[in-house]
Amino acid sequence: MKVEAKMLLFLGLFFGAMCAVYWNWSLENAGGVMMFAGMLLCFLPGSYYYWWSRRMKERPEDNPNATQAEGAGVIDTFPGSSIFPFVLGMGAFFTVLALVFGVWLLVPGLALAGWAFLGGIGEGRRGGTH
Amino acid sequence: MLKSVRNSGDARTRGRASRRARRVLALPFAALVLSGCTVPGFGASPGDTTSSQSTFHLWQGFSIGAVIVGGLTLALMLWSIVMHRQKGDAIPKQTQYNVPLEIIYTVIPILIVIGLFAATLVVENKVVANPKTDVIVNVNAFQWGWEFLYPGHNAVVYGQTTQSPVMVIPANENVHVNLTSTDVIHGFYVHAFNFSRYALPGVTNQFTFRATNTGTFFGQCTQLCGLYHSYMYFRVKVVSPADYQKWLATFNTPKGEAAAKAAAASLQQQLSTGVPTLPANTKFGR
Amino acid sequence: MTDVLAPTPTQHHDDHHGDEHHGPTGIVKWLTTTDHKIIGLSYTVTSVLMLVIGGFFAEIIRLQLSSPNGSLVSLAQYNELFTMHGSVMIYLFVGPFAFGALANIIVPIQIGAPDMAFPRLNALSYWLYLTGSITMLSGFFTSGGAANFGWVGYAPLSNSLNTPGAGADLWIGGLLLTGFSAIFTGVNLTATIFYLRAPGMTMFRMPIFTWNLLVTGILILLAFPVLTAGLIMLYCDRHFGTHIFSNTGGGVPVLWQHIFWFWGHPEVYILALPMFGMVTEVIAVFSKKPVFGYKGMIFATLTIAALSLGVWAHHMFTTGVVLLPFFSIMSLLIAVPTGIKMFNWIGTMWRGQIWFSTAMLMSLGFLFTFLIGGLTGIYLASPPLDFFTHDTYFVVAHFHSVVMALVLGAMAGLFYWGPKITGYILDERLGKAQFWFLFLGSQVFTFPQYLLGLYGMSRRMAVYPEQPQWQHLNELSTLGALMIGVSTILFVINIGYSWKKYPAGDNPWDAQTLEWFTTSPPPHHNFYRLPQIRSERPTWDYNHPEHRSLEHGTDHVVGAETEAHA
Ligand code: HEM
Ligand SMILES: [Cu+2]
Ligand SMILES: [Cu+2]
Repeated sequence: MKVEAKMLLFLGLFFGAMCAVYWNWSLENAGGVMMFAGMLLCFLPGSYYYWWSRRMKERPEDNPNATQAEGAGVIDTFPGSSIFPFVLGMGAFFTVLALVFGVWLLVPGLALAGWAFLGGIGEGRRGGTH
Repeated sequence: MLKSVRNSGDARTRGRASRRARRVLALPFAALVLSGCTVPGFGASPGDTTSSQSTFHLWQGFSIGAVIVGGLTLALMLWSIVMHRQKGDAIPKQTQYNVPLEIIYTVIPILIVIGLFAATLVVENKVVANPKTDVIVNVNAFQWGWEFLYPGHNAVVYGQTTQSPVMVIPANENVHVNLTSTDVIHGFYVHAFNFSRYALPGVTNQFTFRATNTGTFFGQCTQLCGLYHSYMYFRVKVVSPADYQKWLATFNTPKGEAAAKAAAASLQQQLSTGVPTLPANTKFGR
Repeated sequence: MTDVLAPTPTQHHDDHHGDEHHGPTGIVKWLTTTDHKIIGLSYTVTSVLMLVIGGFFAEIIRLQLSSPNGSLVSLAQYNELFTMHGSVMIYLFVGPFAFGALANIIVPIQIGAPDMAFPRLNALSYWLYLTGSITMLSGFFTSGGAANFGWVGYAPLSNSLNTPGAGADLWIGGLLLTGFSAIFTGVNLTATIFYLRAPGMTMFRMPIFTWNLLVTGILILLAFPVLTAGLIMLYCDRHFGTHIFSNTGGGVPVLWQHIFWFWGHPEVYILALPMFGMVTEVIAVFSKKPVFGYKGMIFATLTIAALSLGVWAHHMFTTGVVLLPFFSIMSLLIAVPTGIKMFNWIGTMWRGQIWFSTAMLMSLGFLFTFLIGGLTGIYLASPPLDFFTHDTYFVVAHFHSVVMALVLGAMAGLFYWGPKITGYILDERLGKAQFWFLFLGSQVFTFPQYLLGLYGMSRRMAVYPEQPQWQHLNELSTLGALMIGVSTILFVINIGYSWKKYPAGDNPWDAQTLEWFTTSPPPHHNFYRLPQIRSERPTWDYNHPEHRSLEHGTDHVVGAETEAHA
């Protein structure tokens, strides 16, 4: 986890430095703001990973000498299949079409999205299909 | 969007540092400029203003660098393609690192880049400089044509699309252009000047150039501006200073004044209808 | 949902569990799948289809331009065509192909993961991409036609006054959908790489392809939200009466350019880094060598990512309102890590045993074409030279050198990983014919355009002045475009011709990375067993234990110290 954290923190530092130079040199604000936001976007996960990397015990994937046996066991729970990504996608589709062809399309759009949210959460709690 | 300019002192120190840099860089650059005629143009041409010639020399410098670096890289590539083709089933030596070599091919490109940047700064400062000048032209771009105004004089030139309005300027004098747009973004591009600049609505872009040759040069809008973008031509006519004065004087007669008024009126009409009224014709050379 | 058990170590490879997947089949399977391999395949097919559609528009454009007063299409249609050509190619082909197609399939397998970290989010990404593509393209079927303000949508041309009509709004809507799709993919890639690596797969043992996609994922997260925000502002300007980008209401047109290119330049690397990764893998495998300067390559990639956020206004030099020296030096500097990569690729081939398979030829074509695109990019980083060439065909040629290199890289990836994904190899003779048409076509297509730009022909023109110098160059460029078209047809023919013809086996190329350790196609959740991971080439180390990577001029095995304490 340390490499991941340091990589993000380094990127954030670099964006911060670049932002400082640009802010003071240029007569334009938008770029400085966007670079500052870029810095924050790196610091946020970077510092979180860094904080954790100092508290957790080394993961097998960070250990150059790890054997496959050390990773044995359950990796995680993965959904086998689910209709809800498709339903949510269709909901987003209709919502975007509402931007172009009329507000009434929000009705199916939001309905599909709502169904997908509820269904997806329920699926996760039940353990889902397969 | 604009912050107020805050540090004039800063600019002064920067000026001193860059002057020193300029002196150091002047030598190889001067050598390049002097040999300008014998060095090939790599597809570009020197153009007809002082800046266009500086740009051209910079182009030559970059091209020489590109040919050397590109040629070397290509040679290495071809060498390994030809010499290291598969010959049998042997597994080659699995070399993965050669740190000194890697450092070399990191440091040398950095040095090249610094050199290119320094040369860029020298030319850029020339090209964007705005020295004091007597000839001022206000250029107004619109969908789809150009208007050239000469502040302090009666002269107005106006034309849509292939009417190719002509911007008349004197040779060997600094000409200052105030460029703006009345609607969308357009591009003021004169190929013979090796130069282009956006015409932005709400912004007045300023630049100065000095034409070295008389003649008529082809100009064109380069930034997509809608339906008739492809037809948004103009021309720049560079004449002797005396002829320029004569040309300005033609607008001081009653007839000239009427023509200027008509031009201004047709711009107004154009802006209100937004449709060009002229048939297109593209049959002309430079 | 299934609990996925870690694959067993190689020693016990006989007693693997029957981890077969018994789910729905047919169209239901396609609609409900969360398997990264099927999603990746859908991405691959859809994005290659977009390449064909965008290429079709390009051929019409080039035919129109083969004579000065071409009358194949009208002015209005021409504007729609190049706008949708650029948009389809950038937003719907290269981007999704780069980070959604092969990446989706290969990255989890390369690091020994059973799937992406968020499989359902991954499926959502695909549906957003598909519906976004449909949304954008459906502009052609509206009465006002498709968007016609260029793929960059500069304000104020893109406001409701200058471009009324549904086509423009569909363009914005499509981009919103594909934008979110990209963001979700970025999240997924990053999380997968951070959390699902197999034991021993440390960060500095990940294949370059995976590394590049990690950096791509991070860049997506940095860049795409900016575009999405900008599009929402543009939509507000068009429909809710705001004046963010129009100076008539006190807004700033150039702000759109800042926002767009703050996304747009990192986007160039979002498109390029995955193809760099593909080419890196292919070159190493077909030279039978490890990637030369593996760590240097990674640092170069990270440097590119770092710099790429500070160069956006090199697309705006001629606006006259940007800080020229800052953007000039940053843009020039980005050439340095790119150069390092180029030399690393050559170093990988050096003293290798190069096998000229189609994938390798495509990669070599990439090297040449990208070299040209990179060198001409250096000119454009110099403001005076950009003033000279901006918005002329020189720029069109420059970025087509780059994107045609990316197409070559994409083809290399398809020929290289196709057997892993489908279990069958594509026909090599047809592949080589395709290569020559694509490679030579790209050069014949771009070289005249460089000259045209230098001779003053500006871009986005449906008709152009009759100048003898320009005429033949335009004809030649059209010829090149037709050759590229032929290459695409050959590719489609090849897929049909080689359908289930040449079974691939697990590892047809004697390749190096983990995906070649499993079956072709890999089973559900990818692995029955995993080898010990002691370098970035576990499969190679397993097959050739006596040929580990070496430090220069020694027999010293790279990374041997860390293993010593084992
Ligand atoms: C079959 C191969 C291709 C041909 C023949 C082709 C042709 C062209 C031509 C002639 C233009 C200039 C249109 C104009 O300025 O009037 C153009 C623009 C463009 N092309 Fe391509 N192209 C090809 C492939 C690609 C690929 C693979 C990509 C990206 C991945 C791409 C991206 C673009 C973009 C972004 C533009 C700018 C559009 C604009 O000006 O708004 N092209 N193409
Ligand atoms: Cu225009
Ligand atoms: Cu860029």
